[in-house]
Amino acid sequence: MVTSKFAGVVAALALALAACGSGPGNGTGGAGASGAPATPDAGAVIEIGSLYEPQNLDNTAGGGQGVTEAFNGNVYEGLFRLTDDGKVEPLLAESHEVSPDGLTYTFKLRKGVTFHSGKALTSADVKASIERVIADGSQSARKSSLKAIKSVEAPDDATVVVKLSSRSISLVYNLSYVWIVNSAAEDLATGEDGTGPYKLGAWKRGSTLSLERFPGYWGARPANNGVVFHYFTDAAALNNALLTNAVDVVTSEQSPDALAQFTGNPDYKVSEGHSTTKLLLAFNDRKAPFDKPLVRKAVSSAIDDAKLLESVWAGHGSVIGSMVPPTDPWYEDLTKVNPYDVELAKRQLAEAGYPKGFRFTLDTPNYDPHPTAATFIKSELAKVGITVDVNVITADQWYSKVYKDRDFAATLQEHVNDRDVVWYGDPDFYWGYDNKQVTQWVEEAEQARTEQEQTELLKKANRQIAEDAASDWIYLYPQIVVASSKLSGYPVNGLNSQFYAYGIKKG
Amino acid sequence: MARYLLRRTAFLLGSLLLAASALFVLLRLLPGDPANALLPVGATPEQIAAARRQIGSDLPLPEQFGAWLGGLARLDLGTSLVSRLPVGAEIAERLVVTVPLTLLAFALAVVVALPVGFLAAWRAERWYGPLLNGLAQLGIAVPVFWIGMLLVTVFALRLRVLPAGGFPRDDWADPARALTSLALPVVTIAVVMSASLIRYVRAATVDVLGSDYLRTARALGSSFGGAMWRHGLRNASVPVIAILGIELATTFLGAVVVESVFALPGLGTLLVEGIAEHDYPVIQGVLAVSTFAVLVIGFAADVVQRLVDPRLRAHVSGGRP
Repeated sequence: MVTSKFAGVVAALALALAACGSGPGNGTGGAGASGAPATPDAGAVIEIGSLYEPQNLDNTAGGGQGVTEAFNGNVYEGLFRLTDDGKVEPLLAESHEVSPDGLTYTFKLRKGVTFHSGKALTSADVKASIERVIADGSQSARKSSLKAIKSVEAPDDATVVVKLSSRSISLVYNLSYVWIVNSAAEDLATGEDGTGPYKLGAWKRGSTLSLERFPGYWGARPANNGVVFHYFTDAAALNNALLTNAVDVVTSEQSPDALAQFTGNPDYKVSEGHSTTKLLLAFNDRKAPFDKPLVRKAVSSAIDDAKLLESVWAGHGSVIGSMVPPTDPWYEDLTKVNPYDVELAKRQLAEAGYPKGFRFTLDTPNYDPHPTAATFIKSELAKVGITVDVNVITADQWYSKVYKDRDFAATLQEHVNDRDVVWYGDPDFYWGYDNKQVTQWVEEAEQARTEQEQTELLKKANRQIAEDAASDWIYLYPQIVVASSKLSGYPVNGLNSQFYAYGIKKG
Repeated sequence: MARYLLRRTAFLLGSLLLAASALFVLLRLLPGDPANALLPVGATPEQIAAARRQIGSDLPLPEQFGAWLGGLARLDLGTSLVSRLPVGAEIAERLVVTVPLTLLAFALAVVVALPVGFLAAWRAERWYGPLLNGLAQLGIAVPVFWIGMLLVTVFALRLRVLPAGGFPRDDWADPARALTSLALPVVTIAVVMSASLIRYVRAATVDVLGSDYLRTARALGSSFGGAMWRHGLRNASVPVIAILGIELATTFLGAVVVESVFALPGLGTLLVEGIAEHDYPVIQGVLAVSTFAVLVIGFAADVVQRLVDPRLRAHVSGGRP
C-alpha cells in the first residue's frame, strides 16, 4: 500500500527535526543612531538584513531580541532614549524632577505627541505602559530592574509621578527600555500602537517586517521613506543578499569567515562597534567541585581565552576578564586577575584538593559559537588533568535544565545585556554565586546618591567576582555591521540589539 | 469504484486522526516547554509560571488535546503560542511558496527523469547509457545544500542573472518576479529528485525490456516503438507512479534545507522554528496539513495506478517500490 510509506516519512522527519534548535532571543539593549536625521532624501526604502526575527511583537510577552531591534526607537519610544555612547537623554519626557529623598520622580510629558492610531499621548498611557512591564504576567526582562517601583500616578494629562519603595539610581536608564504604548491598544503581539517615526506596515513571519513613515510623527522626519527588515536563518544566505544588493545593511555579522568578502571592497563598509554580548563558561557555584573559588580560578587560568577568540573571530572582539564590557560605566581591565597560566592552574588545583584533576559535564547550546568553544575548552582542560564531557543541548533544553532546574555542573552561554553584572548580587540566579558582600554592594549601588558612588560600588563588586572567578568570562563579541557604501547614518554599536533606522540615508 | 473511493476516504480521515493523536502524544513526550522560548534569562519563578498560564502549557494534556481536536474539526488550527498569529493563516502564507516550489520541481524532475531513465536502460550498451546512470548516482550522493550553494555562486553571485534568495513581499502579485526567485531552488530540488527518479525509471524499463510480453509482441510483428507504447509503458509506469507519489510527498516535507539556503518563507522553515520553540499548535498544524497532503498524494497515486493496471482493481492495491 502506497499510503503506508508516508507515515514513516512524517515521523522520521519530525524526530530528525526535533534535534534542531535555534538561538534564544533573550535580551534588550541600548544604542544610539549615529547623527541626527538630516534633510530627507527622495524617499528611498532601506532594506535591512537580520538574523533576529521577532518571536512576536510584544516586548513584555517574549518578543525577544528581534522586536527590540526592529521596534525600539523606530515604532515605540520611551520616556528616555539611550544615545550611541550609552548616555540617557529625554525623549517623550520633556523634563523630570527627583524628590530630595530620591523616592519620588515627577515626569513632564512632551506636548503634541500622537500614537499611530491618531490618539494623543497622555499620562494615562505612560502609567499603563509602565504597569504592563511590572505586571505579574509580564515576561519583560526589565521587570526585575523596575522592582523598586511602588506606584505610578497620573495627576494630570501631562504629568506622571513614579513612587519608589527604595532609591533606584538606574530608574531613568531603565525607563528608556519601557515602550510607551497606547493604553487602549489591543493585540500588541501581532500589531502595534506606538509614537515612533515609523508605523508597522506588514509582518510576514519568516520573511520580512516592513515599517512605513508615520506622517503624524512629533519629531524630525526620518531620513528615508521607510525600512524593510529581511529575516534569515542562514548567515551565508544573509551575506549573499548583501552581495547581490537585495539588502543594504546587515545589522550584526555573526561569522568572521564572511567578512573577507566585504573588507577591501569599495562597495561595502565594515564597521566594528562595541557589543555587550559576553561568552560565559558559567559554573554551578553551588555544587562541588565548582563551589571552591580556587577550582574556578584554576579552570579560568587553564583556558587560553585569547586563542579561542582568535580562532572564532579572527582578530575581532576582545577578552574582558569579567562581566563588565567597556561600554558600561563601571568597566575596568581585569584580564590579569585570572591570567592564562597552565602552571598556576595546576598549583591551584592541587591546593584545592584535586591534584589529579576531576571530571565534569559541560552543557553546551547547539548553536554557534558554543560547540566550538566547548571543544576548545575540553582540549585546554585536558592539559591540567580535567576531563570534560560535552553535552550538546537545544536552547529550550538549556532554559529548562540549566536555567530553571539548575541541574548542571557548568554551561556555556552568551549573555547579551549591558549592565548585567548586577546578576552576581542575586544568590538565586542560575549560577548560584552567593557572596554577601557582593550582594550588599550591588544593592547599595542601586540606592546610591550619585552615579560616581554607584560606579565605585559596582567596580568593587566586579573586582570581587573576578577574584572569586564567579564564572569564566571568555570573551566579548565584536559588533560588526556591514553596509553598502551608499548608506550612511546607521547605528554601529547596537549595544546588544537596538537598530535605530530613522537616520539611515541611501545614495 | 464509488465504494472503493468511499472506503478510501474513510481510511484517509482515520489515518489523519490517528496521525494527529500520535503526533500530539509524541510531541508532549519530548521534554520542553513553549514558554521557554518567550522567557528571558532573568525571569523569576513567578514570571515563568505566569508565562505558562498565559499560553496554557500548564493545562492538563487531555484538555489541551480536546481543545485542539475540537478546533481541527472546525478547520481551525489554533494560535501560535509564540508568535500569537493564527496557525491556519501562517500555513496558508507558507503554502503560497511551498506548493509551487514542490510542484514545479516535481514537474521539472519528471520531464528530465522519464526520458533519461528510459535511455539509460534502453542504451545500456552504448557509452552514454552508463554515463547517464553514473550522473544519477552522483546526483543522489551530493548533499542538497551543496547543490544550492553551487547554483547561488554561479547564477546569483557571479553571473548576477538570478536572485540569491528570498521571495517577493507581495507574493505572486508579479508572477514573473515570484517565478524568478523560485528558479534556483526549483532546479536544486529537481536535480536531487530526478537523480533518484532516473534510477527507478531505469529499473522499471529494464524489467519491461526483458519481459516475455514485449518479446511476444515483437515476434507478432509490432515495431519496438509500438510494442513499448502499447504494453511496455503501461507496465513500467505502475511502480514509477508509486515512486512519484513518494518523491512528491518527501519533497513537500523535505524542502527545509533548500528553504533555508534560499531564505524562502516556506512550510519547512515554519516547522523547524515551531520545533525549536516547542510551539505545539504550529508543529501540529504543519504536520496535520502535511500528513493530509501526503495521504492525498498517496491516494491519488493509488487511484492512477488502478486506472493504469486493471489487475489492481480486483483487490485493494499495493504499489511496489
